[in-house]
Amino acid sequence: MNISLLYSLVGLALFSLGLYGLIAYGHLLRKILAVNVMGSGAFLILVALARGWRQTSPDPVPHAMGLTGLVVAVSATALALALACRVQETTGSTQLTEDGSD
Amino acid sequence: MVALIPWSVWIIFLPLLTGIFAFLFRGRGAQLGIVTAVGLLPPLIGLTWQVLSCGPQHYSVGGWGAPLGIDLYADGLSIIMLVMTALVGIGTTFYATGYYSPTGETKEKNHQQDPALFWSLWLLLWAALNCLFLSADVFNLYVALEFLGLSAVALVALAGGPSAVAAAMRYLLVSLLGSLSYLLGVALLYFAHGTLSLGLLAESVTSSPASFAATTLMTAGLVMKTALFPLHFWLPPAHANAPAPVSAVLSALVVKASFYLLLRLWFQVFTNTVTPSVALLLGILGVAAIFWGSVQALMAQRLKLLVAYSTVAQLGYIFLVFPLAQGKGTGFSAWCGGLYFILSHACAKAAAFLAAGTVLYGFGHDRIDELAGITQRLPVTMFAFGVAGVSLIGLPPSGGFIGKWLLLNAALAGGQWWWAIVIIIGGLLAAAYVFRFFSRAFSYVEQVPICRDVPWSMELTALALGLSAMALGIIATQPLAVMQIGAPLAGPVLTGGLP
Amino acid sequence: MSLDFWLPLMIVLSSLVPGILIFCLPEDRIGLRTAANLVGATAKLLLTAVMIWGVFHGHVYETRLPLLPGMDLVLSADALSVLFATLSAILWFLTTLYAIAYLEASPQSRSRFFGFFSLCVSSTVGFALAGNLITFVMFYEMLTLSTYPLVVHRGSPESMRAGKIYLAYTLSGGAVLLIAVAWLKALVGPLDFTEGGMLVAFAGLYRHEFIVIFALLIAGLGVKAALVPLHGWLPVAMVAPAPVSALLHAVAVVKAGAFGIVRVVYDIYGIEFAAKLGVLGPLAAVASFTIVYGSLRALNQDGLKKRLAYSTVSQVSYIALGAAVLGPVATIGGLVHLVHQGLMKITLFFCAGNLAETLGIHYISEMDGVGRRMPSTMAAFTLGALGMIGVPPLAGFISKWYLGAGGLAAGQDWIILVLAASSLLNAGYFLPIIYRAWFKEPRGPWPEDNYGGWLETHWMLLLPALITALLALAAGLLADSPFSPLQWARLIAAREYGL
Repeated sequence: MNISLLYSLVGLALFSLGLYGLIAYGHLLRKILAVNVMGSGAFLILVALARGWRQTSPDPVPHAMGLTGLVVAVSATALALALACRVQETTGSTQLTEDGSD
Repeated sequence: MVALIPWSVWIIFLPLLTGIFAFLFRGRGAQLGIVTAVGLLPPLIGLTWQVLSCGPQHYSVGGWGAPLGIDLYADGLSIIMLVMTALVGIGTTFYATGYYSPTGETKEKNHQQDPALFWSLWLLLWAALNCLFLSADVFNLYVALEFLGLSAVALVALAGGPSAVAAAMRYLLVSLLGSLSYLLGVALLYFAHGTLSLGLLAESVTSSPASFAATTLMTAGLVMKTALFPLHFWLPPAHANAPAPVSAVLSALVVKASFYLLLRLWFQVFTNTVTPSVALLLGILGVAAIFWGSVQALMAQRLKLLVAYSTVAQLGYIFLVFPLAQGKGTGFSAWCGGLYFILSHACAKAAAFLAAGTVLYGFGHDRIDELAGITQRLPVTMFAFGVAGVSLIGLPPSGGFIGKWLLLNAALAGGQWWWAIVIIIGGLLAAAYVFRFFSRAFSYVEQVPICRDVPWSMELTALALGLSAMALGIIATQPLAVMQIGAPLAGPVLTGGLP
Repeated sequence: MSLDFWLPLMIVLSSLVPGILIFCLPEDRIGLRTAANLVGATAKLLLTAVMIWGVFHGHVYETRLPLLPGMDLVLSADALSVLFATLSAILWFLTTLYAIAYLEASPQSRSRFFGFFSLCVSSTVGFALAGNLITFVMFYEMLTLSTYPLVVHRGSPESMRAGKIYLAYTLSGGAVLLIAVAWLKALVGPLDFTEGGMLVAFAGLYRHEFIVIFALLIAGLGVKAALVPLHGWLPVAMVAPAPVSALLHAVAVVKAGAFGIVRVVYDIYGIEFAAKLGVLGPLAAVASFTIVYGSLRALNQDGLKKRLAYSTVSQVSYIALGAAVLGPVATIGGLVHLVHQGLMKITLFFCAGNLAETLGIHYISEMDGVGRRMPSTMAAFTLGALGMIGVPPLAGFISKWYLGAGGLAAGQDWIILVLAASSLLNAGYFLPIIYRAWFKEPRGPWPEDNYGGWLETHWMLLLPALITALLALAAGLLADSPFSPLQWARLIAAREYGL
């Protein structure tokens, strides 16, 4: 079995797992973690595809994309955690209520 | 010589720099905002002139070039979006100078808002928008999209208050989900075609499984960010609870940014992979959005929520572009109609949100039932809201009418008359929710609610934006000429006669 | 770029510019506001006079501005548009005088009132001068929008309800009209009004489509013209201030609808082509039914303005009836009634307003002996009412004579029956009012009025009513002199039938 295909499939599995977690769990921390799992899945796919089918020297472009994506993910997680703290401070709950319209 | 100046770089870097400065030099935000608003005009005019005289423009930042360097690209579509951003951006900036002025410190929900944070985040958001409209490869677009999403979420959270923070959190999760889905699509595209450049992808994308998967993932992510029904649930709370200038920017610009990307991808890159049935599906969801958003707006108790639901409904219209462009010979008409709709909706919705923000600012609340007779207190603001409403309904003479007329023609000439009926009924529903508010505001009551002093810059910017939505109904030929430059669809602007 | 090009636009601007100016004026600048109103009204009169002279001598005035590719904003002057434009210019002048006095003590914003009043007249004149269906639709919608704030001016729950009903009817009508126009445009391209009909060139094509579109156009315009069963808004809208009702019934909204029907029949379809399509019969039937129904409903109204409103429903359909009968004589009858009904009805509404404003009389049952207290007002009222009944030599007689003769000439003898029934009913609801006012004893002393002096009421309330009453008399007495409404209607008929 091709190694990059294996990594890609693992990445896809992580992405789906994260997606499930994001939808299924109410706790904000779990949701944030789930988004991070999704992100890891996506980056894994990027890195795996860098090797490609051609089996030559790895392509640097997906690596650059993965690195940039990591930076973005770190800042997004920081913002998400800060917001989650604020949600708990102001509402006293670690979950989002169903109706946020008022 | 003038033709060689890389205006597009300035358009991105100016707001980026001033945004960082606004964070470093707190208290200077308003000045930096005005500097940005004025300073963006020359490069924008320069770029527009270049595109008008020489066609679409390419520029490689730092001379690096693809694949590792960053390429910028500007065609008519980019110009339209940039000009729209500048119009709304300048208006919002001037509005915010009043809204965050020291004398008029807003007491919304007992939370002191920090003007410095608003200014730096808003200018960064402006930079993100400009970057998105000028990027020439799908990965840079991803970065711009995230940049945009993060600054928009932070802006929503600025209002403090439990509902605003919760809305921001929800918005952030949706936004991340959308961009990750998009990123996965980017990975697949690169894997299948070995390039990220929009131009090269346009030539190489064929209907392969990887391309299909990429199309689906990217479309799903962007549709989510554009808040198409039924993925709109995050939009009304976020747009209704944000501070007024932020609401205006979110509704007028931010949702359009992801839609812009959708247009680019669908009409330029995925021409071989998209199928009429998917286009039809998007159109049907658009119809559902028009009805659902309008009904919710009709039932909304608060003015800002009404305006936010109106955005859900109006976004439904622009998704009609996809099925309408499938009609024989109607592609370009639908394209222009959709773009014109976006353009005029941006001005009108910004005006409506700014006016609603002024009401909230003046009276301390925006509960529609308690706003009887307020035209006596804020005539200019109410006039601005009315003018914006006319464009939202799509009555002549307004930009909304032109957009609707072009879509209507695309529907009738393409033999898809059922969309025409939806367009017309949607207009009537919009009239119902706009005038529902007006029938309160025009009422004559002995005890008109007390209104505190409103800075003139707030009242006048809303009016100016509303009037520009009107003006778009009269000067349609110029924007249409710009839209033609580098457009992926060719053909006549149908305004009559069968093709 | 000469007078020939700009004159139609200048006529529209002569009320639009003062309107915008008035919006910007503070509430207490009464002098400046009055000056703006009167200067605008006078300028419009003078410009219209130039246009009458020019059109009579075969001059072509046309303002054509590009709106979209293949779609122009056209304002042009033909004999028909001059007829309507002149009517509105004259009556606007008089109504402005009247409104200034009428609203002297109004607690609501007068800047807003006069601003929208001017917009309303601009839309009406624009509607009159529209040179193609697109321009026509644009001004049709503008008219709806600018009259709404006038209808709800008082802001009472009753007027807000009236405003809501008014909008529901007219906006739906506008939507139907828009669909019809877009459809027609998709079929045949540019929709410029042509004397003798522009669809004649497409005879033999799209027969069924043309019939359906005709029905849609008439339905859309019929809402404004208050054709039964689309008349529901008109009696309700009576809560508006008297000058508004006067303008609504005599010139602006109702008349615009009737004028629109005339335009569609003669200049879009062409009367002969319409007759061939078989659409005139149903139109004549609806118009006749409306004539009789409106009169019947007027009989048992005690509210003076309400009785006048139902009378309008009935009388305006004379115009539609004239348009629905083939033959120049009936055409002349319908067209001349456009002017005659305007003059007579505005007189009646001015008088009703005088009674309400001076003595607080709103119901016919309160009018006993009022002729002795306000002889001049009641004299004008009597002239108007007798004209409506069709007593020679007043204006209404001329209209009815030509309509009847036209019916006979076309072999449709039943029209005589309709006219006779209607005249009987007219007498039935007008004569009792006249009898009460002149021959009954007053029930008690009249309340003190606020005007003092030797006149029965404010001179600016009295003068317009007297002038329009005399004009109605003159239009009948001097019908054969050059430039009388009758002569002008003959000119139009000659041009439409190519005689």
